[in-house]
Amino acid sequence: MLVVAGLITADLRYNSLDTTRSFLDMLTTPIYWIADIPARALDWGNTNIQPRSELIERVEKLDRENLVLEGRSQQMSALRAENVRLRSLLNSAALLQDDVLVAELIGISPDPMSHQLVLNKGAADKVYIGQPLIDAEGLLGQVVVVSEFSSRALLITDATHSIPVQVNRNGVRAIAEGSGNLGVLEIGHVAATTDIEEGDLLVTSGLGGRFPVGYPVAVVSKIERDPGQAFATVQAQPSAALDRSRYVLLVFTAQSAASE
Amino acid sequence: MASQGQQSLWIIWFSFFIAFVLAVIALPPWLLWVRPEWPALVLIYWTIALPHRVGLLTGLAVGVALDAIEGAVFGQNAFSLMVMALLSLVLYQRLRVFNALQQAATIFLLIGINQLIGQWVQNLQGRGTQSLLFLLPALSSMLMWPLVLQILRSVRRKYHLA
Repeated sequence: MLVVAGLITADLRYNSLDTTRSFLDMLTTPIYWIADIPARALDWGNTNIQPRSELIERVEKLDRENLVLEGRSQQMSALRAENVRLRSLLNSAALLQDDVLVAELIGISPDPMSHQLVLNKGAADKVYIGQPLIDAEGLLGQVVVVSEFSSRALLITDATHSIPVQVNRNGVRAIAEGSGNLGVLEIGHVAATTDIEEGDLLVTSGLGGRFPVGYPVAVVSKIERDPGQAFATVQAQPSAALDRSRYVLLVFTAQSAASE
Repeated sequence: MASQGQQSLWIIWFSFFIAFVLAVIALPPWLLWVRPEWPALVLIYWTIALPHRVGLLTGLAVGVALDAIEGAVFGQNAFSLMVMALLSLVLYQRLRVFNALQQAATIFLLIGINQLIGQWVQNLQGRGTQSLLFLLPALSSMLMWPLVLQILRSVRRKYHLA
């Protein structure tokens, strides 16, 4: 019992077991691989046993989408060049584009109270602690444990997670806290008179230096302003598909690349 | 005799390995809260069946392994599984002669205690729920207990573990 009490204190208070954890994570990764086999088989079945007509339809749809995206990216390069010019006129640092690495989900935390993902990329792929994780629609979370061939990421909705955000429309800053519920982020300490509305997009503000600026985080879904309270109750719905993404992107931020 | 002991050790650890896989296997979201506590059930069975071999230290080892697997605070499952082993050691003589209904009730209580301890440690960490949903695994584990009992008992008899 004393050993256990010691373990809990060491882990919670002093974070002194991080190396042990990453080592044990490496040993236990095969368990996640094995547990993932049924899902993998189902995935394989879905892609391989599909009628030809459906596949053709899908390829056509992807082709169309690709065309649209390419069209947009043509404009992007012009806009980026313009942005860099304007920024240099303003004497501010250039925004560098972030590199990404595609990772596959091999497991999710079995505990419904803790929102964690296990990814198939680890220290061998230069994943680092604190690395942001995104999917096609927005920010997912950050890496908290790295072992050799896998890593563990904490989602933004985990009850122990908070992230600095700003309203995309007017730049109002706030902190989005995880609620322990996959569909809800709580925006704490928003003064009742703050200009924030339902439907506002919240993006990362980059304050705190952990997340890069400008990734969508959530959309404000509910605001309650009680005249008797100093703060409004604001809830937001995460933009990213927190419980559906199988492939995620690990972002190598420009700052981390610069500091290396 | 030594090789016999070696073999039984392997079988016991293999059963825990299966329990670990079952403990992390992906489930649809509405089933997440109901997932039975497989490692706890397996631990309880081995403690009842072989109390001279499986006990507190096994509980500690399995618990730490489970903490690493689940990404929980180190000590969360170690604590609750040690308590499981301790209670099973105290109760094993009674549990062996209990009928199915009495056993099920005892398992319900044991896993309930397991869940309470887990919840308590999670509250220390700052995450925890207000709802009583976290007690659901006690119910599902109770329902799964006869299955675990039958499988592990047939394994034990087949390999003459003692």
